[in-house]
Amino acid sequence: MAENIRVLVAKPGLDGHDRGAKVVAAALRDAGMEVIYTGLRQTPEMIVEAAVQEDVDVVALSILSGAHMTIFPRVMELLRERGIHHMLLTGGGIIPKSDAEELAEIGVGKLFGPGTSTRDIIAYIHEEVGRRRVADEI
Amino acid sequence: MKLLDRFLAGDRTALSRVITLLENDRDRRSAILDVLYPRTGKARRIGITGPPGSGKSTLTDRLTARLLQRGRTVGIIAVDPTSPFTGGALLGDRLRMQGSWDDPRVFMRSQADRSHTGGLSEATPYAMTALDAFGKDVIIVETVGVGQSTLDVSDVSDTTVVLLTPESGDSIQAMKAGLMEIADVLVVNKSDREGADRFASELKMIVDMGRWEEGWKPPVLSASARDDTGIDGVYEHLDAHVDYLAGEGRLQARRLRQGRSAIEKALGELWRGRLTVLRDAEDAMDRLAERVACGELSPLAAAREMMEEMVD
Repeated sequence: MAENIRVLVAKPGLDGHDRGAKVVAAALRDAGMEVIYTGLRQTPEMIVEAAVQEDVDVVALSILSGAHMTIFPRVMELLRERGIHHMLLTGGGIIPKSDAEELAEIGVGKLFGPGTSTRDIIAYIHEEVGRRRVADEI
Repeated sequence: MKLLDRFLAGDRTALSRVITLLENDRDRRSAILDVLYPRTGKARRIGITGPPGSGKSTLTDRLTARLLQRGRTVGIIAVDPTSPFTGGALLGDRLRMQGSWDDPRVFMRSQADRSHTGGLSEATPYAMTALDAFGKDVIIVETVGVGQSTLDVSDVSDTTVVLLTPESGDSIQAMKAGLMEIADVLVVNKSDREGADRFASELKMIVDMGRWEEGWKPPVLSASARDDTGIDGVYEHLDAHVDYLAGEGRLQARRLRQGRSAIEKALGELWRGRLTVLRDAEDAMDRLAERVACGELSPLAAAREMMEEMVD
């Protein structure tokens, strides 16, 4: 099992509902992860900059505003521009299945809807991070 | 290109990776530091410490803005506590440090202390080494919210700022020993709150009674980081402290003292590392723990037995 998993939990967009993000952040912390919580109103640029500086394994976004088809692709694009391919981009919110499928095609991970057990999220992150971590040659 | 080559070419992603390896990869930590360490020593290091909620992150954000205005590059390490029960941590310092997020001259990293005592993570000095070698002009280290005896920050800073709030009043007596003694600059934050003036004058009295190095008595400054008032005064006193250190080999003396303390810590780290690679260490520990628990052997004697085994 991968150790010291680092996760960025961010809330992009303008809606102020960060309860879900906070619940997930606390659950991941209690599962032994290091969670960087950046709070509300994050732009894709801010999210990617934070992800780079914090060298996280996972970027988890909470999007309830309906802007997921803009924000996820933009964050993905910015990560690729920085040459970052190993990070898992995942998240949650009200996201229709067809949208999630479309996002999966550009490399976005599983997206979790209302009623998801935090245990499922934790298991998913463990599995993905274990698979994605890369060994650097120094 | 290999990681350290990218680092030396100024790649921020590589800087971030290097910090991660220094945190996680005990086997290669030393090899990385061998490359970085000769490139350090130029950065000015500011430590910011104080009780939880005293405004350390906000002050860091405000000082960063001023450093940028004066053309400096800034590296920030902000440490938050790890849960000793789950190993997890919630690192929230970024929340209050969003004033300069899009300035490429700033690099900010959150660190969990990973249950290291002393207010910093074991890897904090290493992350500072990375920022210094990367060429940052100023490095700001923000500790976990501290009490009386978490004083590691003074081992890694040229200037230590102790941040207090009017609510810290009752604990002043306790703070005489410890936190007060490592302060080069004292800041009473949230100075708009009731009792702030009285608290600041009490603090001044304590400073007046204390014994300080010749030529530098820690100033007691009032500020409100949230409202961005009083911060220019803090900044000026930080500069004044740099000038003070520049005189009579004081900075050199401070760094020598810190070098000794860093070696001592590294020794402890090597011993602990030795313990984890020792094949039978766990078994030996279990056996000895039984004897300690039933009163047959003192912990010190048990440790000595372990140590003899480790040397072999």
